[in-house]
Amino acid sequence: MSRLEIIKTYKIYIGGAFPRTESGRYYTPVNPKGEKLGNICLCSKKDAKNAVVAARKAVGGWSERAAFNRSQILYRIAEMLEGRKAQFTEELVLQGATPKEAEKEVLLSIDRIVYYAGWCDKISQVTGSVNPVSSSHFNFSVYQPVGVVGIVADQSTSLIGLVSQVIPVIASGNTVVVLASEKQPLCAVTFAEVINSSDVPGGVVNILTGNPDEPASVLGAHMDVNAILLGADLADLNASLRKSSALNLKRVFELKADWNQEDAQGLYHITDFMELKTTWHPVENIGGSTSSY
Amino acid sequence: MAKNKKTEGIEWNYSPSLEGTSHIQLNKKYELFIGGKFVKPHSGKYFDTINPATGEVLASIAHADESDVDKAVKAARKAYNEVWKNMPGKERGKYLFRIARLIQDRAREFSVIETLDAGKTIRESRDVDVPLAANHFFYYAGWADKLEYAFPNRKMESLGVAGQVIPWNFPLLMAAWKIAPALACGNTVVLKPAETTPLTALKLAELFRDAGLPDGVVNIVTGYGDTGEAIVRHNDVDKIAFTGSTPVGKKIHEIAMETGKKCTLELGGKSANIILDDAPVDQAVEGIVNGIFFNQGHVCCAGSRLLVQESVADLVIKKLKDRIQSLIVGNPLDKNTDIGAINSEKQLNTINNYIKLGIAEGAEMYQPDCTIPANGFYCKPTLFTNVAQSSRIAQEEIFGPVLTIQTFRTVDEAIQKANNTPYGLAAGVWSDKGSRLFNLTSRLNAGVIWGNTYNRFDPSSPFGGFKESGYGREGGVHGLGAYLK
Repeated sequence: MSRLEIIKTYKIYIGGAFPRTESGRYYTPVNPKGEKLGNICLCSKKDAKNAVVAARKAVGGWSERAAFNRSQILYRIAEMLEGRKAQFTEELVLQGATPKEAEKEVLLSIDRIVYYAGWCDKISQVTGSVNPVSSSHFNFSVYQPVGVVGIVADQSTSLIGLVSQVIPVIASGNTVVVLASEKQPLCAVTFAEVINSSDVPGGVVNILTGNPDEPASVLGAHMDVNAILLGADLADLNASLRKSSALNLKRVFELKADWNQEDAQGLYHITDFMELKTTWHPVENIGGSTSSY
Repeated sequence: MAKNKKTEGIEWNYSPSLEGTSHIQLNKKYELFIGGKFVKPHSGKYFDTINPATGEVLASIAHADESDVDKAVKAARKAYNEVWKNMPGKERGKYLFRIARLIQDRAREFSVIETLDAGKTIRESRDVDVPLAANHFFYYAGWADKLEYAFPNRKMESLGVAGQVIPWNFPLLMAAWKIAPALACGNTVVLKPAETTPLTALKLAELFRDAGLPDGVVNIVTGYGDTGEAIVRHNDVDKIAFTGSTPVGKKIHEIAMETGKKCTLELGGKSANIILDDAPVDQAVEGIVNGIFFNQGHVCCAGSRLLVQESVADLVIKKLKDRIQSLIVGNPLDKNTDIGAINSEKQLNTINNYIKLGIAEGAEMYQPDCTIPANGFYCKPTLFTNVAQSSRIAQEEIFGPVLTIQTFRTVDEAIQKANNTPYGLAAGVWSDKGSRLFNLTSRLNAGVIWGNTYNRFDPSSPFGGFKESGYGREGGVHGLGAYLK
């Protein structure tokens, strides 16, 4: 007797939980052969608002963790992804990739996460400075995370674009609300399951599916979103997000690359979403003895 | 005039100690500095710049329109393509060193003119603005041939023509903050000083000419907001750098977003100055005074919100009142003066409206018993106690000598109150304990944090804000990032 297969329900990811869209709406994307990928959540503005609230709540805990701890958690994401290679490869193939392309994309995604895992506790050493001011102060500058970042993820890939755009942003301690690829959403949802099982606190990564226009309009106008990553090739959407960013001076960065290239990664993808803080700490300066004494 | 101070019937007056003005060279009329020459404005229009301490007219200044700005951008482009872009960094640096030296040579003249045009005290122009401006050129001069060391693994390339618009609170210093890193990185410049304080930028233009800086590398166009907008919107301007108010900054951000120009903004603030219960009180009181009354409070990072721990609030406020009773408000050229003139009548009206608003909101106002000159624009140092977090005077930037005072019980409450603002430019923390200082400085959301000091600047120390206080940094190695691809 043949066993009846259990079909996975694809849901969204907010605050560490997997709800359906509050709107109850769905859409059914298809692959190039015309096969249905499933009933996927068509996220609403309210979903985006909920996701921003969850993301804001998570900023304090995530950004104040030791950088070394974030580094280990990112590495854990890579470990979890490695263990689920087959599932991601299968999903990529279902969405139209050849098995060879799919495998390459998954392996590169894992390696890219490991790359950024290694950065977490080195960012401030490489980009910070101790500034030799003329007064009696210990003056230093270090980057800190900007806060909540809205990401419109690459729409042309299902996994590698999302990974390449999300991981450097959370590496520094930011939290994110990600609008996944509309046409190829499967890996984004499955990646949420990887995140969920990697000790990444709830709310650090929030992933929404569906047409990005509606939720993006919320991210663009939201006063509690600090920065926007334009990662998709959507001219009108990008233009409207650029415009609405003036409301509270969101930092806006367009990040496009051929993410399947080995070198489509780097330190500046991290620091774009950080703010430099300069601290003047007093140094007691009494008496005439010098260090050359 | 020094103020009268009465103590038990005896009048203790400071003798006036006026800085002389005979050695300065000031023309009656200033043209636009374009392509190394002073040229008349296309419109033939001029406006007056006045001394806010007296109301007297200092000079007549050309008002640049769109066609003048276009001429300036063309001159900057030509200089970029033909001279500056390909000049070895070593040589560019030598020009900047030379400019720094020339400012030092003429420091007294620049100080006096800055005080006349801006209303700031001569002590400040002489000891802060002018030396820092010279130092800024000197600091960035040294970077010009070392750019490849600034950002690891990044290819260094200049941007092209930088359009720069600066405010009236630190006219010469802001010009230096803008021009020095731009030139060090190989860009050319079109700069617009504020309409109320154009003189030191124009004197700087003369100095560039004297330094032999190639024609068109720096162009200075004077005018109002329309002139600034023409620069920001110009198609051939690659980079915008603006220092000024947050509302204007947002408009400029929108233009930059539309056009894809690279942009840095240094905008407003409502910075908290936090006094913990173990703070050295007398030192902290000096820091509060320096935080809010330095430059008449016309400082984007002014410590305009005082947060005092409840257990020491009475003592701190009493000492603060005593201290401001001894501040001298008066002629900026007098070396005894602590608080000079408000930069313009318009700004004085803005400040006075906020003072009225604070009273209407139910806060308690305190001003010292002192005289202010009959002519010119002056405002007494002003404290508000009993201020709610939601008060407009505690939320909005006043840009004058007005301090709001709030109290807190726990450090967490102080951090919450300090961070509860759309701004994020600066903050001050006063404590006797290093570990407490670091706890707060690491949790305050602001670009510059001062421990047991306030309003200190240094060319090697990056300056700039979080959130609605703008983005990008000026000063230090990070300041180079604003002018490189």
